[in-house]
Amino acid sequence: MLAYIIRRCLYAIPIIIGVNLITFLLFFVWSSPDNMARTILGEKNITQEDIDNWKRDHGYHLPLFMNFRESGLAVFTQTIFFQKSVGLMFFNFGRSDRNNIDISREIRRRIWPSLAIAIPTFIIALLVDITFAMLVAYYRATYVDFWGVVVCVTMMSISMLFYIIGGQWLFGKMLRLFPISGYDTGTNMFKFVILPVVIGVIGGVGMAVRFYRTIFLEEVNKDYVRTARAKGLGEGKVLFKHALKNAMIPILTNVVMTIPFLVMGSLLMENFFAIPGLGSFTIDAIYAQDFAIVRCMVYIGAILYIVGLLLTDISYTLVDPRIRLE
Amino acid sequence: MRHFILLISASLILCGCILNNPYPSEQRGKNIYYSTFDEEPKHLDPAQSYSSDEYRLICQIYEPPLQYHYLKRPYELIPLTAQEVPTPKYFGADGNALPKESPAEQVARAVYEIQIQPGILYQEHPCFAKDDKGDFLYHRLSSEEMRDIYQIRDFKYTGTRELSAADYVYQIKRLADPRLHCPILSTLEKYILGMEEYATALNHDLEAERKKRRESAGATYNQELDEQRNPISLDLDAHPFGGVELVNRYTYRIILKEKYPQILYWLAMPFFSPMPKEAVIFYEQGALKNRNITLDRFPVGTGAYRLDIIDPHKEIVLKRNEHFHSELYPSSSESEDGKLGLLSDTGKHLPFIDMAVYKLEKEFIPRWNKFLQGYYDVSSISSDTFDQAIQFTDQGDPQVSEVLHGKNIRLLTNVETATYYLAFNMLDDVVGGYTEEKRKLRQAISIAMDYEEYIEIFTNGRGIPSYSPVPPGIFGYEDEESGINPYVYNFSKEHGALRKSLDEAKRLLAEAGYAGGKDRNGKPLTIYFDNAWVGAGATARLSWMRKKLEAIGITMKNRTTDYNRFRDKVRNGNFQLLSWGWLADYPDPENFLFLLYGPNSQAEYDGENVANYKNPQYDRLFEQMRSMENNPQRLAIIREMKHILQRDAPWVFTYHPVSFGLYHHWVKNAKPSNMANNTLKYLRVNGGQRENNRQEWNRPVLWPIGIAVALLFVFAIPATITIWRRERGKAK
Repeated sequence: MLAYIIRRCLYAIPIIIGVNLITFLLFFVWSSPDNMARTILGEKNITQEDIDNWKRDHGYHLPLFMNFRESGLAVFTQTIFFQKSVGLMFFNFGRSDRNNIDISREIRRRIWPSLAIAIPTFIIALLVDITFAMLVAYYRATYVDFWGVVVCVTMMSISMLFYIIGGQWLFGKMLRLFPISGYDTGTNMFKFVILPVVIGVIGGVGMAVRFYRTIFLEEVNKDYVRTARAKGLGEGKVLFKHALKNAMIPILTNVVMTIPFLVMGSLLMENFFAIPGLGSFTIDAIYAQDFAIVRCMVYIGAILYIVGLLLTDISYTLVDPRIRLE
Repeated sequence: MRHFILLISASLILCGCILNNPYPSEQRGKNIYYSTFDEEPKHLDPAQSYSSDEYRLICQIYEPPLQYHYLKRPYELIPLTAQEVPTPKYFGADGNALPKESPAEQVARAVYEIQIQPGILYQEHPCFAKDDKGDFLYHRLSSEEMRDIYQIRDFKYTGTRELSAADYVYQIKRLADPRLHCPILSTLEKYILGMEEYATALNHDLEAERKKRRESAGATYNQELDEQRNPISLDLDAHPFGGVELVNRYTYRIILKEKYPQILYWLAMPFFSPMPKEAVIFYEQGALKNRNITLDRFPVGTGAYRLDIIDPHKEIVLKRNEHFHSELYPSSSESEDGKLGLLSDTGKHLPFIDMAVYKLEKEFIPRWNKFLQGYYDVSSISSDTFDQAIQFTDQGDPQVSEVLHGKNIRLLTNVETATYYLAFNMLDDVVGGYTEEKRKLRQAISIAMDYEEYIEIFTNGRGIPSYSPVPPGIFGYEDEESGINPYVYNFSKEHGALRKSLDEAKRLLAEAGYAGGKDRNGKPLTIYFDNAWVGAGATARLSWMRKKLEAIGITMKNRTTDYNRFRDKVRNGNFQLLSWGWLADYPDPENFLFLLYGPNSQAEYDGENVANYKNPQYDRLFEQMRSMENNPQRLAIIREMKHILQRDAPWVFTYHPVSFGLYHHWVKNAKPSNMANNTLKYLRVNGGQRENNRQEWNRPVLWPIGIAVALLFVFAIPATITIWRRERGKAK
């Protein structure tokens, strides 16, 4: 398995370079260093000289890929692509274009609020979703199943934005049980985390229950389940002990892939609940045309995606002894 | 279960427990002001900061020599740290003194001598901290000393010192530092003697150092990373700068190349705040920069407040500056101020509030709901909440709705010193040009664009139709017969200004060569509207504009692009019609009329004249008017300039926005101001009243949860029975 993991890590290198290159191309097709400078310096009283000075300070005065004013190696190294990519590859994220803050430090600060929301949401949602899915599967072909599916389809058809605004209105404004928005550290954090977590769980329950229900229904019609029932096992035991174990592969595919993205934060949640996480960090950077932050976040996202795929493969071997990674 | 819920509810109510309070319990009932910000401030360095969101913070901390009177309107400059508002001394080319009224062309030098008040102290700050020997404690920080430092307040020792004129001189020099990208440097270079040369010299120093480093480092040199590790230190005293002179400890001079009375307004902006050299030296240390502790985030000033906490993604906290110099709440001759209770604190020492907490709220809905719950002291009004917040009287005056009235919330309105307009590109073949036909085409479009209707539909009445670039509150604004735009409005004593009919617009269009919206060859007239509008409101606004032009037979085609493309089009003069706006830097007509001054053409000179309008007569009058005092002669010139603009119609004058602000009754002394930004020191809050209202408005409601639990229980019964039957049933 170790050889497999090493091989996968080596495969990741060209993928990461490719992602960096595509991010770079897309960003500079959409924007130019002049546009970045204008957005960052503001609209009023800005001259071309100010823009040129800003580009000079931030290394955007260089050509994108090839610098024919230089000779030798410098033709490639004295370019925006090289200068901005090399540090990134070694996790030296540098400073933001907009206000010169240290990006690594900012990511380290902002990852915790994102995780404070994402981890409880993820764990509670997983438990709730699987439990409800199994219940619905248990009551298959009854009114509980029918109405369960109707409720799930209805819930998954509603936008997350509605859950957020509705949740803030109901729990924060009408029932006055939680602060409508905000964030704090230490023990004060809990009162701010509960509402986004509840909304996150409710908002995702429709789609997840419907998905897991399908998996369970597939399992409960298999021969080994019939055998278990024939042996006299109760339906609860059959579902929770036998069907659940065998349904783990598709569940894991779905679940493990989402784990790395928990750290990237949720844009809507963070915006509406004023949570200082990585989701809002990224979107603010896109609006401000802060290429330094955008490329770092895309880079981290790509790495997390690769890690997620690898973890999924490894987790298969844990739940299904028949699978070997070679 | 029901009893359990009731018990919890009763105990919560009895103990006065409020569950939705976002603030720590120790802040309850305290003399704290609560407000919001909706995006991270980019810069808090006064040499760089140039947005109203940032000014709300730094203007409480930094003190330029002048400020605006809090209560008086029209706006009046008064001393802040200066002893008095300086009066300029003018000198001719021969060096002889000239009288105050001298025409601008005779003035070769204008000298402003500013005397600051002695005894003003800076806030407590580690950059001033000294050891027993008198050496600065934190100007050479080691990694060991930095171990537990994450914010400025983590430093154990602090110090202060007296403000001196040298700090103001130093800051003016900093404005020329090429690494700070001061947004008004290009403006100041036009007026301050030697500033352009000084900035160029600093730039050369910087480039020389960069070149040296690049040559010695080799092909893989990365300038950005290198300068992060080893910042370049520029010596601001290495070059002569004739535009600023230190006279003595409390006096300095600013010397201008020409007559420019507007410099006084700049002296009331943070750009001209004092900067202690100790602070710059302190913050230039790489160890601090690596922890994001920079002058751009942690200001050092003499103002009424000092920055205590900055977590720009969560909250910013200001605390009263213990060393704030004596300043008294102002008096006012305006009778309205007395009626509004704005004079009850006259003569009392400022500031009144101990602490100001600004919370990040990116979305309006949560911000609005928390304001209604009493967790924020003031709020603006969005279009979504307008109907909930405001109703109009029979006379059309806005007032707060019943709900808000029940909470004793007050509404304060304010016409902003801003103007919105649709700009024609005067370089365009179809809509541009200065012939009578082209003028009539633009006048016809100006009539068709019924902005009274637009204001009602899209801004909920929060706007005043404009007749020229000059907004209300600025010298030169007139709304009587002499002030209206006679090419778009008819005036009558009974009804005031009435927009001309569409028939009149069609007649003008026909005279312009587009009878029925078709040119002489029968080709329909199509006008392209360039914009970067997004969101739900954009479609409705575009549709409204299209319909207005269709009413006189013109087809409008929409060209929406992303903001970068749109900005390129504006810069290159590659458009026909666009929507734009301007928010005043200072309350002078020059700051609006320069938007149409020929040498400010955007396409040609990268200036603020986006219409690229160029009329020699207008330009000549502008040059004459800009350096004049506000007097009848200046007013006559402004009238003439406005008339030229109304006739040439390079803009469709649309409207001046009106802001609506809501204030809880526990906030006292609030008076909206477009110019003064250091207003926190005048406000007063009654923390006790606020706490009582919060308790009353935020009692938790628990009974619906009980019902929900009960319902779940009821629904679970048949399901449980089904399971029970299935488990015990016989196999089929």
